[in-house]
Amino acid sequence: MSETSEPLYAAREPVFPRRVSGRFRTLKWGILIVTLGIYYLTPWLRWDRGPNLPDQAVLVDLAGRRFYFFWIEIWPHEFYFVAGLLIMAGLGLFLFTSALGRVWCGYTCPQTVWTDLFILVERWIEGDRNARIRLHKAKWDAHKLRLRLTKWATWLLISVATGGAWVFYFADAPTLLRDLVTLAAHPVAYSTIAILTATTFIFGGLMREQVCIYMCPWPRIQGAMMDPDTLTVGYRGWRGEPRAKGKRRREMSAEAERIAAEQAEKGRGRAAYRSTPYPGIDGFDLPETPVVETSGPGDCIDCMACVNVCPMGIDIRNGQQMECITCALCIDACDEVMEKIGKERGLIDYLALSDEPRERAGAKPRPIWQHVLRPRTMLYTALWSLIGVVLVYALFVRPEIDLTVAPVRNPTFVTLADGSIRNTYDIRLRNKHGDDRPFGLSVKGHPAFRIELEGTVFQTVDVNANETKLQRVYVIVPPSADPATADVTGLRFWVEDLTNGERAYKDSTFNGREG
Amino acid sequence: MSDEDKRLDEETGQYTTGHSYDGIEELNTPLPRWWLWTFYATIVWGIGYTVAYPAWPMISGATAGVLGYSSRAEVAEDIVAHEAKNASLVDELVAADIAALDPASDLHRYAVARGASVFRAQCSQCHGSGAAGAVGYPNLLDNAWLWGGTVDEIAYTVEHGIRNETADARYSEMPAFGEILTREEIAALVSHVQALPNGGAGGEAETLYLDNCVACHGDNGEGMQELGAPNIADAIWLYGGDAAAITQTITNARFGVMPAWGQRLSDADVRAVSLYVHALGGGE
Repeated sequence: MSETSEPLYAAREPVFPRRVSGRFRTLKWGILIVTLGIYYLTPWLRWDRGPNLPDQAVLVDLAGRRFYFFWIEIWPHEFYFVAGLLIMAGLGLFLFTSALGRVWCGYTCPQTVWTDLFILVERWIEGDRNARIRLHKAKWDAHKLRLRLTKWATWLLISVATGGAWVFYFADAPTLLRDLVTLAAHPVAYSTIAILTATTFIFGGLMREQVCIYMCPWPRIQGAMMDPDTLTVGYRGWRGEPRAKGKRRREMSAEAERIAAEQAEKGRGRAAYRSTPYPGIDGFDLPETPVVETSGPGDCIDCMACVNVCPMGIDIRNGQQMECITCALCIDACDEVMEKIGKERGLIDYLALSDEPRERAGAKPRPIWQHVLRPRTMLYTALWSLIGVVLVYALFVRPEIDLTVAPVRNPTFVTLADGSIRNTYDIRLRNKHGDDRPFGLSVKGHPAFRIELEGTVFQTVDVNANETKLQRVYVIVPPSADPATADVTGLRFWVEDLTNGERAYKDSTFNGREG
Repeated sequence: MSDEDKRLDEETGQYTTGHSYDGIEELNTPLPRWWLWTFYATIVWGIGYTVAYPAWPMISGATAGVLGYSSRAEVAEDIVAHEAKNASLVDELVAADIAALDPASDLHRYAVARGASVFRAQCSQCHGSGAAGAVGYPNLLDNAWLWGGTVDEIAYTVEHGIRNETADARYSEMPAFGEILTREEIAALVSHVQALPNGGAGGEAETLYLDNCVACHGDNGEGMQELGAPNIADAIWLYGGDAAAITQTITNARFGVMPAWGQRLSDADVRAVSLYVHALGGGE
C-alpha cells in the first residue's frame, strides 16, 4: 500500500462490542428470549386434531401438502393465505420502517438476535471488550486456544440446535428427534441441519455486521422507507458539538467564559460549528449552519462509549449511516455517561431529523405521535389492516365442503342409444375431516335432469379422511326434453355432507344437441 | 489507472481509485476480502460444475461430465422406480377378476389411471382422446356396444381385436347387398330401417328385411352382439344414419378392423385400458 492509496479489498476489521446496560438493552434481552423461545419451542407444541391427523400445533407437511397452524389447516389450493401473509409482512415492514426506522434490523432480525446471543457467549467466555481485544492481539498459547475452543464449541452447540429446530417444523418433532438420534432420519434432514448449522455459525459468529453491510438488501431499501419524520437513532450534534474531553475541554470552557465575558461587555456574541451531516435532507447539508448560542464545548465528552458498544463498529455521531441497524445500544451507553457527568439524557436518542431546526433553535421536539401519525404510515396501516381483515374473513367463510366441477368438453355431449343426451362432469370433493365421510350429490336446474355416478348406483360419494376424490358424474336428459334440444342450459350441483347435513353448491352448464 | 492519480479525498477522508472522467473521480471503498474469495470460489465451482455435468458443446453433442448424468437416464430411472413401486399392484391386477372389481377399491383406481395413459398412447388415434370416436370408429362413451360392453367383453375385444388376421379375433362379415338386391329393393330396405324405431315401414320393405337382415339384426333391428351386428333401431350410427349412408352400408357393406392389442400390450395394460373404457360412462 503506497501512501496515497488503499487496496481495493480489505480484511474485516474485528468489532468488540462492550457490555452495556439500559432500557433498550433490557428490551432487547426480552425480545431475544421471546423470539428464540418461539423459534425453538413452537415445534414441540401439541394440538389435538383427532384421529388420522398430526397432533403438532405448527407443521409444514410437504409430502402431504398440508400446512397445520393450530386450528387452521391450509391445503395447497389455499396458498393465497400464505401469499396474503407475505404481503402483510412486507407492508408491516414498510409501516414500522417509515414510523420507527430500522426496528426490524435492530431488534427482531434473526441475524441481530443470533449475533446478540453469540456476542453474549463470547463475553461470558472471553471477557468484555478490553479482554477480548487483548486476547485477539495475544500470541496463540494454551490459554487462548482453550478460550477460543470453548467459545467455538458453544457457538456450534447453538448452531446445531438452530439448524435442528428448523427441521422439526417439517415433521413430527418427537419422532424426528428419535430418528435423528438413532441415525434413522432422512438424509435431507441431516443435510438441512448441516447447512443451517454452518450458516448460523458463520453468520452469527464470524461474519456478523458483514452480513448486514454486504449481504443484506434491506439497508439499501430502507432509504425509500424512511423520511425526515421517521424516528430513528441519531446524535444531537447541535447539543454535543464541539466535542472535547480532558485538558482541551477545560481550555475550551475557559475560552468560552472569556468570550462570554467579552461579549457581555459588547452585548452580543455567537460561535459557529459544523452541522451533523445528514446528506440529502434540505437544510442539513450546508457546510456551515447559522451560528447558535454556545457556551464552550458541547455535551459530548468524546468518551467513545457509543462507538465501543456498537455491534456494527460505527460512530453514530457521523450521522445516518447505511451500516446502522438502530439497535439503540449507543443510546443506553450515552445515557449512562450523561447521567454520570450530570447532563440531560438523550444526546444520542430516537429522534426525527425534521426536528433538528426546532431543536437547534432551542425549542422542544414535536411529540412522537405527530411524527408517527402521517399520511404515509396511515396508508400503510390501512393497507395492512385491509389485507388482514380480508384474510381473516376468508378464513372464517372458508366452506367446510370444498368441491370443484369440471365439465368434460371432449366431447361436449354424448348421445345414448335411446337418443338421450348425456353430459359428463369431473367433480372433485375434498374431505378436510379426520374421518371418512359420505357426500350426497344432486343436480338442480331442470326437472328433466337425471344424475348418475360412475361406478355406483347410489348418489353418494365416500371420500376418505383428509383426501380429495375425483368422481365422474353424468347428467342425462330424455331426447325431447328442453335441455337436450337447447344449446346450453344452466345447472347447479348440490353436495351434502351426510354426516352433519352441511350443503354446498357449484354452478355449471349442460350442453344440448344444438351446442 | 496509475498510482500517481490516486489521492486522498479530503472531503470524505477516503482514497480515490485513480479513475477520473472529466474531473469526476471514483472513491475507493474497499470491498471485503471474503467477498473476493467468495467470487473466486464461485468461479471454481462453476468450472467444477462443467466438469461434473454435461456442459461443453462439442461437434456432436456435449461433454458427458464425469458424473455421467443425463436427464433422459434420470427419467428412465424414474420410470423403472415407479414400475417397481407399482409391481405389486400390477400383479394384483393381472390376477384379479376384473369384472368383479370394486370400483371404489384402490386397485380399480390404479387400473383406470393406468388405462387412461394406455388409451391416450394407443387408442386415441382412432377413438379420439376423449373416446368419442369418429365415423367408422365407435364412440366408447355411449351405451351402445357392437361386441358387448361388459368389462370382460371389452377386454376380449382389446386383446384380440376385430376382423384382423389373428385366430381369436372377433369376426363377422356383412354381405354387400348391392350384388344381391336391386337398387329399388335397397331403397325400400333403407326406408324400413329408418322407420324401425316406429315399427318399420311394413309391406314389401318389411318382407325384404325379414328375408335378408333379420338373421343378424333381429326382428326389430335390435342387433346381435355375438356377431357384432349393430342395433339399427337406436339413435347411434357408426357410419351415419341418413338415407345415403345407410344405402351405402347396405350396398357395399362395412368391414371395420381393430388390431389385436394383446400382441403389443401387457396383460396388465389390456386389463387396465378395459377398466378405463368401461368406466367412461357406457360400461354394461
